[in-house]
Amino acid sequence: MKEKFNVIGKPVIRQDGKAKVTGQAKFADDYKFPNTLFGVMVRTKSTHAIIKNIDYSEIENDKNIVTIIDASDIKGAKKTGLIRKDQPVFAFDKIVTPGDVVAMLVGVDVDELRILAKKVKIELEELPSLTDPEKSLDPDSPLIHPEFNTNLVVHHPLRKGDIEKGFNESDYIIEQTYTTPHIEHAYIEPECVTAIPLEGDKGIYIIGSIQNPFTVRRIVAEVLNFPLNKVRVEQAELGGSFGGKDDIMCILSARASIAALKTKRPVKIKYTREESILESYKRHPYRMHYKVGYTKEGKIKAMKIDILADAGAYCSMTPYVTWRSVVQATGPYEIENVWTDVRAVYTNNPYTGAMRGFGSPQIVFAQESLMDDIAVSLGLTPDEIRRINGYRYGSITASGQRLENHDVNLMKVLDTACEATNFREKWLENEKHHNRRIPTIEFKDEIINKNLILSDREFVEPEDTWKKGIGLAISFRGSSLGAEGIDAAAAYLSIQSDGSAYLLCGLAENGQGMKTAYSIIVSEILGIPVENIYYLELTTAHIPDSGPTVASRSTVMGGGAVKNASEILRKRFEDFLRSQWQLTEDDLIVFENNKIYVKGKEKFSLSFSEFTALAYKKGICLASIGWYPGPKIHWDEKVGQGKAYFTYVYGAQVAEVRVNIVTGEVYIDKITAVHDPGKVINLLGALGQVYGGVTQGAGYAIFEELSKQNGFPQELNFDQYLIPTSKDVGEIVPIFIEGKDEFGPWGAKSLGEPTLELTSAAINNAIRNAVGERYFNLPVNLEEVILKRKLRPGDIQRGSL
Amino acid sequence: MKKNKILKKIKLRFTLNGEPVELETLPNKRLLDLLRDDLNLTGTKEGCSIGECGACTVIVNDKAVNSCLMLAGEINGSAIITIEGISQNGNLHPLQENFLKFGAVQCGFCIPGMILSAYALLNKNRRPDEETIKEAIAGNLCRCTGYKQIIEAIKNTKL
Repeated sequence: MKEKFNVIGKPVIRQDGKAKVTGQAKFADDYKFPNTLFGVMVRTKSTHAIIKNIDYSEIENDKNIVTIIDASDIKGAKKTGLIRKDQPVFAFDKIVTPGDVVAMLVGVDVDELRILAKKVKIELEELPSLTDPEKSLDPDSPLIHPEFNTNLVVHHPLRKGDIEKGFNESDYIIEQTYTTPHIEHAYIEPECVTAIPLEGDKGIYIIGSIQNPFTVRRIVAEVLNFPLNKVRVEQAELGGSFGGKDDIMCILSARASIAALKTKRPVKIKYTREESILESYKRHPYRMHYKVGYTKEGKIKAMKIDILADAGAYCSMTPYVTWRSVVQATGPYEIENVWTDVRAVYTNNPYTGAMRGFGSPQIVFAQESLMDDIAVSLGLTPDEIRRINGYRYGSITASGQRLENHDVNLMKVLDTACEATNFREKWLENEKHHNRRIPTIEFKDEIINKNLILSDREFVEPEDTWKKGIGLAISFRGSSLGAEGIDAAAAYLSIQSDGSAYLLCGLAENGQGMKTAYSIIVSEILGIPVENIYYLELTTAHIPDSGPTVASRSTVMGGGAVKNASEILRKRFEDFLRSQWQLTEDDLIVFENNKIYVKGKEKFSLSFSEFTALAYKKGICLASIGWYPGPKIHWDEKVGQGKAYFTYVYGAQVAEVRVNIVTGEVYIDKITAVHDPGKVINLLGALGQVYGGVTQGAGYAIFEELSKQNGFPQELNFDQYLIPTSKDVGEIVPIFIEGKDEFGPWGAKSLGEPTLELTSAAINNAIRNAVGERYFNLPVNLEEVILKRKLRPGDIQRGSL
Repeated sequence: MKKNKILKKIKLRFTLNGEPVELETLPNKRLLDLLRDDLNLTGTKEGCSIGECGACTVIVNDKAVNSCLMLAGEINGSAIITIEGISQNGNLHPLQENFLKFGAVQCGFCIPGMILSAYALLNKNRRPDEETIKEAIAGNLCRCTGYKQIIEAIKNTKL
């Protein structure tokens, strides 16, 4: 394996950066087409109802209406979905969640259309709503989609060993229940798409804030009843996604396309923030019950896990999200006897789907909180309990997979994180201060007047209200899709006769820096500068379908395809030069610094552009298509056993916090994030992934929650849905351990998601270390710390106690 | 307003990125829409429409403001700078250079507003400490970067 690199692993300035810092980069709403019409949605105020009639009579003759689109305009599939076809483009039989759209008004003046949207008369027969997932499987609960005869979306069982025997062999048993809330992706760019009818029966062209152009193409083709090649989807610069601009963009693209074909004009849909939060999907809320048995030495003998996920009104990616949960639910610990059930159910809540982490942040929060409780119960430190049980090379996972053929760096990331933070010493010191409580003054008699005049010594110094804590979390994570889906990617590389190049991969740039990483790979193999590579705009017409850009698979899969395309050309160029220069097989041809030369025979040397001019003249093909199929994996659905992923990454994070024991405020002083992503391709990009992922994880830990009333999201904009600002998270220290792996480009694997999944658990453990109390329900916000419950609008004691 | 009435347009004179501009527009149009729709300066972004996210930040008379909260009727005689106006003669502004060098850009949607908040800060305070920088960009939400490389880029910018 190549050990010395010219470009790989160094900080490289991103290729799309200049356009982004000058305001030239074009996002979906920055595209303007002549004669564009706009679409405005018509919704109901209902959570669950049968649609009896839709009456447009009051508005249909209004001069502002060009046309009205609803389900009756659909020629193909009226319901779609990435896995299960349960989501209507326009609701026609039932309303199943408050985000549902029954019609779209199309016209020029959006403000006028919004007023008219309220005048559509929708006759509904209200149904009892189901918003508590715990009740979804009760026999007397309403069915959200009666055609499936059950509210169960999916059940993933995993059975390993003999769970009863494991508990019998245990000295201690702990049982705990943990919950996590709905989370909004909160990309700063709201959804936007334009559909343009192509003249001459060429179909439809769609450009928008689209995470997965090939997925949008498939769904739109189904809805329009078009062949795939008549739906051309282009991705505009994407203003953040984090898994969130997938299903919703399929639906919006379909609506815009129907209207565009009907009116023969471009139709744009641009969501407000409120519409975006109301209608788009969220991270799954989980309720997780863990029962764990262990010996007095700390060896875990058995783990029984029961998880319930709220899928909301539509299936979306739920079966895959929850599948990752079942594979990773025990955490990175070798346990002989495991019994896991992960179920996801329909409710009338907002639907839930893919979000950065994809079924892991929930289970890591639960299982890593649990590990600390096991340690404390035995008088061990958190790192000790993890060393006793954690994976090593050759360990067997809960799904029966042997970890081999890559560096199993779990212990290495753990040790590195502990050493870098002086973890054990700080943790033990903080444990001594749990008995310090909220300062109070005690009186002999009952207090009637709370406004007592106190003497000087009865006041508290502000700094005395803060306590310090340090917490640890570790994880393993399967790279790419795993047995979840088809896993392969394509790349197109075309060198021009002057030595410049075009590059394109079928995966999508979502801001993560993928284009730059791919250009670095080409640069490393062909020795041409990154700035000579022009990364082409991604449209579905120009490159094979490479699956979705999800599961942190762009580096491992797309990078693999780009490497393959580059190597095809490199081999072809070397063969050509060997005959041209009459070299032997032993002569080493070097491609670097925009030059090609033979090592030790410097007279054989050409600049890259001299070479391409020559090769072009000699009729050598200067373009290639690279392909990278994921290695084989298999899965037995009945018992949850098999080789779930072809390789894994490992991470450890340590959080250092201060907790205000009077107000409940948690301030995050420092997060040390140690990750083994395999080979780092672009150091600047990799650092950015850690900072960004950890910050999102910190929001998950202590602020973020989308609350609901009868299924309606209550926080519809950033004044109420709080995401971390520049002031909310202290220092973040990324450390990379580069493990070797046979897969991916030079062993480069995944980083984007592992950075997020650990943070909430590390922070929760740090809070416990500070105050001596365990919290089971995210977010651990002010009221959770002080009251151990969430306050809601309408609670009698919201505000000062 | 009654159906047979429309709002009178307002005549505005202001400077935009150093150039004088004269135009007529509705006085109740948001500055954001004036820039994006009428003047085709799409570098200014709309993220929340209520002044929370800062993606629409522009400079009005040396101050960073949310252009979604300002109306055209308020800008007569002002000096306005947008992201398109801070590079000089095709050279990137030192802030833009550093945002690239320090890896401060991911999806880039918040970046124009972020750079302009930093621009207003540095024009007032050439050597801000880290806390001052964090305060100056606290009204600019970013979901990708975790702000660290943005703060580094601003801290290392010498005007």
